[in-house]
Amino acid sequence: MNIHEYQGKQLLREYGVAVSKGRVAFSPKEAMTVAKEIGTEPIVVKAQIHAGGRGKAGGVKIVKTPDEVRAVAAELIGKQLVTHQTGPEGQEVKRLLVEEGIDIEKEFYIGLVVDRATDRVTLMGSAEGGVEIEDVAEKNPEKIFYEVIDPVVGLAPFQARRMAFNMEIPSGLINKAVSLFLGLYKVFSEKDASIVEINPLVVTKDQRVLALDAKFNFDDNATFRHKDIVELRDFDEEDPKEIEASKLDLSYISLDGNIGCMVNGAGLAMATMDTIHYYGGEPANFLDVGGGAKKEKVAGAFKIILSDPNVKGIFVNIFGGIMKCDVIAEGVIEAAKEVELQVPLVVRLEGTNVERGKALLEESGINIVAADSMAEGAKKIVELIG
Amino acid sequence: MSIYVDKDTKVIVQGITGSTALFHTQQMLEYGTKIVGGVTPGKGGQTVEGVPVFDTVEEAVKATGATVSIIYVPAPYAADAIMEAVDAEMAMTICITEHIPVLDMIKVKRYMEGKETRLIGPNCPGVITADETKIGIMPGYIHTKGHVGVVSRSGTLTYEAVHQLTQEGIGQTTAVGIGGDPVNGTNFIDVLKEFNEDPETYAVVMIGEIGGTAEEEAAAWVKEHMTKPVVGFIGGQTAPPGKRMGHAGAIISGGKGTAAEKIKALEAADIQVAETPSVIGETLIKVLKEKGLYEKCKTK
Repeated sequence: MNIHEYQGKQLLREYGVAVSKGRVAFSPKEAMTVAKEIGTEPIVVKAQIHAGGRGKAGGVKIVKTPDEVRAVAAELIGKQLVTHQTGPEGQEVKRLLVEEGIDIEKEFYIGLVVDRATDRVTLMGSAEGGVEIEDVAEKNPEKIFYEVIDPVVGLAPFQARRMAFNMEIPSGLINKAVSLFLGLYKVFSEKDASIVEINPLVVTKDQRVLALDAKFNFDDNATFRHKDIVELRDFDEEDPKEIEASKLDLSYISLDGNIGCMVNGAGLAMATMDTIHYYGGEPANFLDVGGGAKKEKVAGAFKIILSDPNVKGIFVNIFGGIMKCDVIAEGVIEAAKEVELQVPLVVRLEGTNVERGKALLEESGINIVAADSMAEGAKKIVELIG
Repeated sequence: MSIYVDKDTKVIVQGITGSTALFHTQQMLEYGTKIVGGVTPGKGGQTVEGVPVFDTVEEAVKATGATVSIIYVPAPYAADAIMEAVDAEMAMTICITEHIPVLDMIKVKRYMEGKETRLIGPNCPGVITADETKIGIMPGYIHTKGHVGVVSRSGTLTYEAVHQLTQEGIGQTTAVGIGGDPVNGTNFIDVLKEFNEDPETYAVVMIGEIGGTAEEEAAAWVKEHMTKPVVGFIGGQTAPPGKRMGHAGAIISGGKGTAAEKIKALEAADIQVAETPSVIGETLIKVLKEKGLYEKCKTK
């Protein structure tokens, strides 16, 4: 789960991490009020959308007076901001972060990630801030430093110090940087984050060490123990079909193609997308209905697929282990009848209770094309939609 | 022969009184698995599916001599259940549970350091040695005894592969699901080593997916050490970057963990990669024929 920059900065403040002065505004008037509260020049107005690359896309403005803040806020709110992460349609700006302009001396990078190779949380830092860290990792890997964190001890102060020295933080500011790094790890571990990224971390002309940006990603599997984080979720930032799916506890991801897929198991769901692609089609979604799905859940999944106007056909691919084929069949029949299915439907069933499932589909009178294998099913649906 | 588990392996079920666990206990017993006990705190002394229930893993082990546990405990408590199994010195614990917080798993891995227990999973279908024992949730009937080992990060995709093998008359020794989480117990290399040393396993099918670098590391190991042919498949060739594809570990982030990179690494290690999941069986047969192993692997 992602949150906005302003929400991330509020969390950082709560953990004693220094951030620039400012807060969120939902209207041009409110933006102007915040600018007046801050009372210094210049003022930075940042569009709050989850996607990265806002600066380059014109989503960050630096202005002088509260009136100018009001003007740029009016321009930004309601705008479809298109960045390299939003897709061509962009994302509508509904919230702004208004904050003090900072006189930057130098930019750095600091982040925390779960490192799969060591099974540990790792602190990553670099003197190369303000640029894509992936680019640094590729071109100058020696410029990134790592501290692997023991989960029992937490980030040790000596590690934080070593990181600060490696990053060439000015020597008079080492302690400020160390306390910032320790605060970052504390919020990361206490809130079950999966990524915390501060890019850039800055040293200011007046000798402060500040988090100028804040990117948080939280472990979806741990939100059950963080009600406060769940409240920060912004549904406007998510695909409505994905929200609907998450309510039904379905794993669904929207894609650009026109063949809707319903599969059980994440691995098989990915493989089904790959197979459709192999036969020249484009999947409209990734959808794992999970292991123990009931009839209602299957029907719900089917409706979500059909709510996508791009969908020209559906491929249901089930290998029942825990999932019983007759349950899938009942759900498909129920949903197909309810929505008066207009597009071709190919169903491949295999595994637990497969005969009963196939019989149900046949008796239903719905126009269903049966397939005996994943390849056959994928080929058929691609042919049927032309 | 087989790896990890066989018909004599004594198994306890952690969280046995939950509905999913009960269903699968029944299925495992039907397959012939020696389920000798179950654990649910507070329900010690009861009997379910003819199996005695204990309050703690330690007690269950003492009373039954079980060496393997399988965990169906819900995600918020699953990490604790794994540590309890480790503390009771189980030889192996297989965690089926999905959605365990990753920071919990990091603590579990730290707790396991210096201890002997092998953890399979979490978020995995389990381990099956065909016609001997099924310790997991996979449909038993698709497996047949034979000479091909299977190791995979995915559940249903493993069923797909095993089903193809069985239909083509190629039996299996053991199929191991290592799970789709970013922090897990057993990796590809651990399992490949076992298959390499198992005299009954003549070839291996390895099924990976996007995210992380486990497949690349396995490929490097295969190149150096593996004496048996390996056939591979990587799921998620068409997955978009930055999106978690169901499994917590299946995500392309920062341009890393793509299927293309993994396929390249596998091919560089002389691992034949099936172009689509539907031809995993065919691809294996082709390789077996090339290596003169087909007749030996064909089920009579």
